[in-house]
Amino acid sequence: MNNDTQITSQLTLTWRRLSRNKMALIGLIIIAFIILVAVLAPYVAPYDPLKQDFRAMRKSISAAHWFGTDQLGRDIFSRIIVGAGITLRISFSAVFLGLIVGVCIGMLGGYYGNKIDLVVSYITDILLAFPGLLLAMAIVSITGPSVTGVVLAVGLSSIPQFVRMTRGVVLSEKEKDYVMAARAIGENSLNIMLRYILPNCLAPLTVLTTLRMAVVVLIASGLSFLGLGVQPPTPEWGAMLNEGRSYLQTAPLLSLFPGLTIMFLVLAFNLLGDGLRDALDPRMKL
Amino acid sequence: MINYLIRRLLMLVPILIGITMVSFLILQLVPGDPALIILGVEAEAEDLEDLRHKLGLDKDIVTQYVIFFKNTVSGDLGESITTQNDVVAEIWPRFKNTVRLTVASTLLATIVGLLVGCIAAMKQNTATDYIAMVVVLIGISTPSFWSGLLLILLFSVHFEWFPPGGSMGFISLILPMVTLAAPGAAVIARMARSSMLEVFRQDYIRTARAKGQKESKVVFKHALRNALIPTVTVVGLQFGYLMGGAVLVETVFTWPGLGRLLVSAIFNRDYPVVQAGIMFFAVSFVFVNLIVDILYGYLDPRISYE
Repeated sequence: MNNDTQITSQLTLTWRRLSRNKMALIGLIIIAFIILVAVLAPYVAPYDPLKQDFRAMRKSISAAHWFGTDQLGRDIFSRIIVGAGITLRISFSAVFLGLIVGVCIGMLGGYYGNKIDLVVSYITDILLAFPGLLLAMAIVSITGPSVTGVVLAVGLSSIPQFVRMTRGVVLSEKEKDYVMAARAIGENSLNIMLRYILPNCLAPLTVLTTLRMAVVVLIASGLSFLGLGVQPPTPEWGAMLNEGRSYLQTAPLLSLFPGLTIMFLVLAFNLLGDGLRDALDPRMKL
Repeated sequence: MINYLIRRLLMLVPILIGITMVSFLILQLVPGDPALIILGVEAEAEDLEDLRHKLGLDKDIVTQYVIFFKNTVSGDLGESITTQNDVVAEIWPRFKNTVRLTVASTLLATIVGLLVGCIAAMKQNTATDYIAMVVVLIGISTPSFWSGLLLILLFSVHFEWFPPGGSMGFISLILPMVTLAAPGAAVIARMARSSMLEVFRQDYIRTARAKGQKESKVVFKHALRNALIPTVTVVGLQFGYLMGGAVLVETVFTWPGLGRLLVSAIFNRDYPVVQAGIMFFAVSFVFVNLIVDILYGYLDPRISYE
């Protein structure tokens, strides 16, 4: 009971600090708005995003087509709206994959130490030797280009970051008195890891997850831009940019809006991530 | 110092071995028979057998890795499946182009980043500072493959100042360089600003100001040198990230670098080129980090090598 009030007040405190941060709030509002658009996409999108109309190809902005139409006469506004859901689903799944696997591995390495930790840190160091996009490309070269491929690629390349952070926190927490006390009253290792140490990892993990979302959106749409991710005709923003760049001279609008939306989404996650870091612990090094 | 260098180089060995393992695993993890995927279902059984033998797939995994490792160390990375050329000969000129682009971008990013960061720190909490930090955030958040397209639209299509792509000397380097440098400059500016602010709080800065030193001298002689130390690490890291980001920028500007080669190799399922290309990127990333570590110790005399 007492524990509950403690958690609530901690949350309220964080929220109070976060809500004073205008930039973070802007980020939160943009994210909420894009999620809302993605959920309501079937109802808000004025056209079928895949429906081609050869009488209205590469049209400019108009009342009928707010963002114009693409090379096949598809409504860009509708494609952007539907694309929001695709980008968010891919990015959330990838970060979730990285988070779950990364936290488990980092927790085991940090808690048990010795040989397990040696193996964990070795593998992490190797994976960190690859710039993020390249690790993702290596994985796509195995899985082949597809939605699952992107999620796996971007998710797996997020693991080392989560491992490193969790391991670091666990290493410093496990020496503290409360863990010693938990051991003394006979708690088993699993309980100590999940109920004692994990709650102390939540603050840095929240920040890392949010900032990681920004990176993941960039890498995932980058893969699709290279043609290695989501394939046309799916209206993924990066893939749309790739399709549109052949028409840069005649129809620059094709390349304008998908990039703008990627930028806003990434910016929003960066703003929120920075805000959360300041609200949770300004001394946090991330 | 020499001892430290040798120790650091030795510490690199397991990482380099790890890189060869990851690269080796790429071909092993391809679902199904790689030979069949590369040659297609209509391939003759004989050709398949031939390719399997060439790729070493007819041996057990440990033997395969040992052979792969030995060949890699002796500089033999196999031959490309699409062009039949030696992979290293194929990759090397492309790699040089990528390094050229990345070095130019890192230099630009460092100069712009330091300048913006210092100005923002000197004018902390003024409109200049806020605007600079918003621009920085936008710089970090803008996908380079989009800003590149916008630059082409503005400077190649509209003004016709620069070519939209290709590699015709310095003039065609400018747009990709700016595109690639932008996010790096943003990160460096952020780091430079916060380390400058940190340094401004130190006693020796107060002392310098108290003795009537000119503000420009305080900033450039006393503060900047100390603020540079953490910034160097970021610059080094950025070099690595920009190298990864070069894949996208090269594609936008049809720059004949390793990134573009890697993308087409993935499309063509030319696994020897994919494996080698990824190794080239990772190994250079690791060595840049090593150089940064050494430079860091050189800049900060408080770090001892013992």
